[in-house]
Amino acid sequence: MAGEKKEALLEIRDLKVNYKVYKGTLKVLNGVELRVGKGERIGLVGESGSGKTTTLKSILRILPYNASIEDGRILYKGIDLLRADERVLNEVRRREIAMIFQDPMAALNPVFKVRDQLYDIIKESARGKLAKEEIEEIAYRLLKEVRLPDVERVMDSYPFQLSGGMRQRVVIAMALASARELLLADEPTTNLDVTIQDQILRLLADLTMKRNLSVILVSHALGMVRKMTDRTYVMYAGDIVEEGDSGEIFENPLHPYTQLLVETAPKLTGNWNPRGVPGRIPDYLNPPPGCRFHTRCPFAEQICREKKPPMIAVEGGKRVRCWLYYKR
Amino acid sequence: MAGRDPILRVERVKKYFKLSVGTVRAVDDVSFDVREGETFALVGESGSGKTTTGYMIMGIYAPTSGRILYKGTDISVPAHKRPAWVKREIQIVFQDPGTSLNPAKYVKDIVALPLVVNRLVEDSREIEERVARLLEAVELPPDIMYRKPRDLGGGEKQAVAIARALAAEPRFIVLDEPTSALDVSAQAKIVSLLMRLQRERRLSYLLITHDLSIVRNIATRVAVMYLGKIVEIGPVEKIFKNPLHPYTRMLLAAAPVILREEEELLPRDVIPVGEIPSAMNPPPGCRFHTRCPFVMDECRKIEPKLLEAEPGHYVSCHLYKEQPVSQ
Amino acid sequence: MAIAGRVTRRQLVMESLRRYWFKFSRSKLSVVGLAISLSTIVIAVFAEYLAPYPEHAGFYISFEDALQPPSWEHPFGTDEYGRDVFSRVLFGFRFSLKLAGVVLSIVIPVGVLLGLVAGYYRGRILDMAIMRVADIFIAVPPLVLALAITSLLGPSLVNAMIAVTLMWWPWYTRLTYNVVSSVRNEPFVIAAELAGAKPLRVMFREILPVIVGPILTKATLDVGWVILIGAALSFVGLGAQPPTPDLGTMVAEGIKYMPEYWWISIFPALAIAYIILGFNLLGDGVRDMFTE
Repeated sequence: MAGEKKEALLEIRDLKVNYKVYKGTLKVLNGVELRVGKGERIGLVGESGSGKTTTLKSILRILPYNASIEDGRILYKGIDLLRADERVLNEVRRREIAMIFQDPMAALNPVFKVRDQLYDIIKESARGKLAKEEIEEIAYRLLKEVRLPDVERVMDSYPFQLSGGMRQRVVIAMALASARELLLADEPTTNLDVTIQDQILRLLADLTMKRNLSVILVSHALGMVRKMTDRTYVMYAGDIVEEGDSGEIFENPLHPYTQLLVETAPKLTGNWNPRGVPGRIPDYLNPPPGCRFHTRCPFAEQICREKKPPMIAVEGGKRVRCWLYYKR
Repeated sequence: MAGRDPILRVERVKKYFKLSVGTVRAVDDVSFDVREGETFALVGESGSGKTTTGYMIMGIYAPTSGRILYKGTDISVPAHKRPAWVKREIQIVFQDPGTSLNPAKYVKDIVALPLVVNRLVEDSREIEERVARLLEAVELPPDIMYRKPRDLGGGEKQAVAIARALAAEPRFIVLDEPTSALDVSAQAKIVSLLMRLQRERRLSYLLITHDLSIVRNIATRVAVMYLGKIVEIGPVEKIFKNPLHPYTRMLLAAAPVILREEEELLPRDVIPVGEIPSAMNPPPGCRFHTRCPFVMDECRKIEPKLLEAEPGHYVSCHLYKEQPVSQ
Repeated sequence: MAIAGRVTRRQLVMESLRRYWFKFSRSKLSVVGLAISLSTIVIAVFAEYLAPYPEHAGFYISFEDALQPPSWEHPFGTDEYGRDVFSRVLFGFRFSLKLAGVVLSIVIPVGVLLGLVAGYYRGRILDMAIMRVADIFIAVPPLVLALAITSLLGPSLVNAMIAVTLMWWPWYTRLTYNVVSSVRNEPFVIAAELAGAKPLRVMFREILPVIVGPILTKATLDVGWVILIGAALSFVGLGAQPPTPDLGTMVAEGIKYMPEYWWISIFPALAIAYIILGFNLLGDGVRDMFTE
């Protein structure tokens, strides 16, 4: 079953985000709907430019200056983060929701040792004042938890002295220090080697399970998302087009876009027909009316060009935003 | 189909980089050959020496020892010392089209560069025509030639890079992670383009990649590299059906797959652990022994030799000493 | 083969100009900087037509008009010889911009060329030779160098230009060297070399177009700085000599009459500030033009 039954920790409703550029207004997010249950791991997949990162950044309200949130609600434990004041938001950022980026160097300060950076974060995220020994203990425990070998040496290293995989582990440790509820991971393993990717993903899966942490993992790699999450949302041009169990969704994709994505990905079985999805992501200045995918869809009909389809529940807990599944 | 004759031979090639802090053994005694019309894949993680090997074939640097033969001609020298026909016939497509295309130039000038510097064209009219034809060959509209790389998507940029490689009418192309910077959709387009070009022009490819699912689908033979050595080499079907080296099995086990059907192909006896050690101080004996789940005493002392496990399929591992094992 | 919609060079140039203008004009301050910079150039070129008393630029003495405060007749007042400060300031723009123009048009090509060569042949003898000489020039304090040169050649505007030129080129060499080093091993450079492009072509056709941004930005900012250094040299008596209406010289001359007759020094000083402000704001806009 999809996460309907679980109590929602975070719920995004009808999120619309625009960007202002010199050519005009880019209407990127077109009413994103997404929910994360307590302790649930969610995947968000789609081509680059589909709005995945914008969705994540909206949650923490760290969008670039030329972005504007037009509509929608992001309900977190009943609070609307889009309307919460800075103080509440900072509290949430410090203690409850953390984000991991693609490039670990973006989260690490090159001129401070790992020890200092980790201590700072632990201090920041603590509810009261901590004794030096307590901070130290938490820091060591975190680095052990992310399975870094030779914790002592890592503590006294500068970020550039660590390999890419080790840096990402440090970043995860830092995120764990401040994420008590939800972890947002934006392509956390994209720049790493496959065997390191696998280790990091297994580590993340393991740690979040132990701590009952919820996760939103954003990636364009379907395999990563399948490996590490419970439920997957497929995003196309600012819309969620399909939702389902991560292990199932690619096995029997419903939305024509998901079908094309799956068909397009190379398979280890070897019967790959590399065609690619025809066309490209639409221009957000003048996004197509109706279903935004209709310009590339092999099954497009008149209604697809006119009206945005609703999210339609299909058997097996799957949901799909496509007129093909609409029963009159 | 791939022919039998090797178009490229790499014989016991080494590449050591001397640095102030020590010597990096990037490539350490590697041999293989690429047959005319085939796609030969070099697979491994960063630090395995696969890109260094590709760069030696390109002549970006010369090997420390060993020989590289192209159609029988020794090309173990930097590119500027190679005969003109060799330089023309061997081309490269780099990993990231964002950095392999000059950001300040128009697509036309980027694609025409090999034609212009080798004086293969007469005037600007002819340049425009040739470029348009090359762009057509990579399925791009001709009006793209008056755009700059920043105006193009990732897949389009990589297609421009391929068009530039084609300008010299090559026979052999080194593909250095040609799709790893691209989305699945763009990746599929680029791969199908490369496959069509190979069929139509009878090109030979050396594909450098870490993506096993791409290798499975487009390569004919594959060599798995670890810390400067080839640990397993053979036809793609055999290696994927019967991966022998624990490192090959580890790579496969780590591959992100999306279907249950694929998952069943993954080895279950190896769990990815550890990181590739520094090529400055490679571990003694078998270089993989620090991460190998089946490590034995002799692995730490004796370096295994590349032995034939089944016809055409070689592995360098003490597990397969006398009797080639198959599953 | 016919190509649909053949594009002319002109169209391409217009298109990229539009793009540059868009990026430049996103900041209003850059546009203000452009306006100020253009106004200084106009003043410098047309000084004799704009100045109410062009003859006051050189030797001119009229003691009965001396040391008059600003008025409608003399907006910036008059100096100790009775010359109109406003007219002299307008001519001062000309000398200042001439200094900057001459210095930069020598310094930039030379400095960039040396930096390009050194960066391209990084690690070779040529690199060592060029960069060590540049380091020596950078190591000597600029004013000491200028002092040495002008005391050797005698104080004059031309000698000040020589001094500033000698102390300025290594900074362009350094800048160019650094940006060249950062792109030297980029795949697009390697690709050009593999295609058979000769070093000169790689340097000028592949690398140079990519690095014009930082060089042009520095050049724009430097107009102001060269003028400031020139004024400083004049101020300490090593640059233009009186009665040349050089802004630095005028400030120095007027100092004797401070604070009662403040206008003799203050207006030339404000003029210097005006020029520097203009080119600094312009420089920010130029930098924006070359960032994505």
